[in-house]
Amino acid sequence: MNQPHASEPADDAPLVIDVRGLTKSFGGTKVVDDVDMQVAEGEIYGFLGPNGSGKTTTIRLLCGLLTPDAGTGTCLGHDILTESARIKREVGYMTQRFSLYEDLSIRENLHFVASIYGLKRPRKIVQETLEKLNLENRAHQLAGTLSGGWKQRLALAAAIMHGPKLLLLDEPTAGVDPKARREFWDEIHRLADSGLTVLVSTHYMDEAERCHKICYLAYGKLLARGTVHDVIAQSGLATWHVSGTSQRRINRLAHDLAGRGGVDMVAPFGTTLHVSGANDNALDAAVAPWRGEDGLNWRKVEPTLEDVFIHMMQGASDNFG
Amino acid sequence: MRRFSLFRLGALIRKEFIQMRRDRLTFAMMLGVPVMQLVLFGYAINSDPKHLPTALFSQDHSVFTRTLVKGLENSDYFDIVGEARTAAEAEDMIRTGKVQFVVQIPPGFSRDMQRGQRPQLLLDADATDPAATGNAVAGLQLLATTVFNRDLQGSLAAQRAGTSLVDVVIHRRYNAEGRTELNIVPGLIGVILTMTMIIFTALAMTREIERGTMENLLTMPVRPLEVMMGKILPYIMIGYIQTAVVLAAAYWLFEVPIVGSLWLLSFVLFFFVAANLAVGFTFSTLARNQLQAIQMTIFFFLPSILLSGFMFPFRGMPVWAQWLGEVLPLTHFLRMVRGILLKGNGFAEIVPDMAALLAFLVGVSIVALNRYRQTLD
Ligand SMILES: Nc1ncnc2c1ncn2[C@@H]1O[C@H](COP(=O)(O)OP(=O)(O)OP(=O)(O)O)[C@@H](O)[C@H]1O
Ligand SMILES: [Mg+2]
Repeated sequence: MNQPHASEPADDAPLVIDVRGLTKSFGGTKVVDDVDMQVAEGEIYGFLGPNGSGKTTTIRLLCGLLTPDAGTGTCLGHDILTESARIKREVGYMTQRFSLYEDLSIRENLHFVASIYGLKRPRKIVQETLEKLNLENRAHQLAGTLSGGWKQRLALAAAIMHGPKLLLLDEPTAGVDPKARREFWDEIHRLADSGLTVLVSTHYMDEAERCHKICYLAYGKLLARGTVHDVIAQSGLATWHVSGTSQRRINRLAHDLAGRGGVDMVAPFGTTLHVSGANDNALDAAVAPWRGEDGLNWRKVEPTLEDVFIHMMQGASDNFG
Repeated sequence: MRRFSLFRLGALIRKEFIQMRRDRLTFAMMLGVPVMQLVLFGYAINSDPKHLPTALFSQDHSVFTRTLVKGLENSDYFDIVGEARTAAEAEDMIRTGKVQFVVQIPPGFSRDMQRGQRPQLLLDADATDPAATGNAVAGLQLLATTVFNRDLQGSLAAQRAGTSLVDVVIHRRYNAEGRTELNIVPGLIGVILTMTMIIFTALAMTREIERGTMENLLTMPVRPLEVMMGKILPYIMIGYIQTAVVLAAAYWLFEVPIVGSLWLLSFVLFFFVAANLAVGFTFSTLARNQLQAIQMTIFFFLPSILLSGFMFPFRGMPVWAQWLGEVLPLTHFLRMVRGILLKGNGFAEIVPDMAALLAFLVGVSIVALNRYRQTLD
């Protein structure tokens, strides 16, 4: 599960993002609520959380696109409240929604971005970028006619063209096929190896596992952070893995267990079932009557990141929803 | 640390032109709207209404009266639809719009004519629509000099070589200024520019917001003034093209004279177009979507048309409306463009209106730049 990363940043690496108490409300609702975030140089920091939890809003606060209602801190050593102009120069931001010009060709888009950042010899840089992306023969295609995956690659290219020190990627791989996703992440790791810091939001668990550190946001509150292993350990969740001989048995078991005291979560995966609970003993007691049944194979496992997140999400909705 | 950069401005302008070129429909509209309006208005200008309802108020019944009536009907402009017996009745007919004209023959008309005393022939014209009455009025004047020739003999006949025998007195009602149609075409330039310029910048900006490209633009190091000028300058060029189209058509199709300096006109045009674009830019900072931007444009466009002196004579408006009109750029532009094209005015004559226009431009630009947000809040 935990892939070893060759270039995990040193513990004493300087902080690229260091904010405390970040808060933002829209129409009276706190969308980002007292969020602290520390990201060290060279780190790939995963940003997870359900829809509407405030990930995009937090990223916008970091790069000065939104003004926080409360909170202080620095991004790349610049004050997020007063020096957003400096931050913008050194940050590459890839928005969740494609935000390059759809009625401009790929080359025109890149050329525009290069000129706005005042890059020397924009033509040459654009050409190099096109070659790197393998987009030379499509350079004249309008960006709006690209497929989703290509749009994402174009957006990434546009975000890193000016050589930023911090990359903010908002769901960069949504709707991208597995191979392209793998390549995308290989590229992110290459960039991080060269010293770039990356904050990336995602809904994919496998991507979370490729991050050096992750944090989990729900209803605007930061519920967990650390390495994947830390987050799973901190959750204190106990999980039974049940495999059965038939789909019907598993379905019936899922139905019987759902909502019982001690069982917080029942998640079927085809002919297997994950049964989790925050209290180990209560969970064991709850499932005891079914332990001896024929055709069911019970095994205690470490919960997956997904189990942990869904559990946290339920807890969060109980507390704040 | 971030100073205004011509390089960045150039990038923004180039981008805007590419987008303009790609958006075929809008581009066609930019050039099509002036042509279309010109043809529509041009038809109105050219229209030479005939057979206008006319009442006769004759206080002198003689052979001359009959000759006049026949002459009027032969001229095609006038249809005698009724006869008024009293002045009040005549007044009533014209006020209710039953007739466009009342031809009034005063008592002793034939006697005075025979004595060579040039009697008055009165024409009351409902001039609310001056384009409708202009030609008819001219027709009557011509008619009056020739129609009586056959009826006059002897010593009277000798008079016809010289001045006309009657004194045609035109009494224009409801529209003292009696503007000619020449007023309309130069004014049309201003109206077309007001409408298209405001709408195009307002849309160009809100489009960035609606399509989400604003988020990207805002994360890049651009200054508000650069964004604003990047939106405005490309459209100034479009404004010049539109003006050229209208002027060329006005000159060749409608034979509107161009008396004054085209250079001076171009100079005025620059600031007028910029003023409208600044208004459009301001609207785009207020509007949440393109529909709202269009609504705001109409909200500005209507008073511009109504209170600027394009539709109604400026001096005929109540004072409060005149004050409102004085604020609008179109008002000042109309005065300048009419002055330059029709009267051959030079720089000295347009200074007051130019100053007012500049004040408007500066004021609106300040509002626009203050309204422009560098964040998404
Ligand atoms: N400009 C805005 N005005 C009002 N509400 C907003 C605005 N932007 C975001 N919100 C609200 O803030 C909440 C958080 O939104 P945000 O986009 O940050 O979520 P997210 O974590 O990025 O979600 P997703 O995973 O779906 O992208 C949502 O409920 C959203 O409706
Ligand atoms: Mg989001």
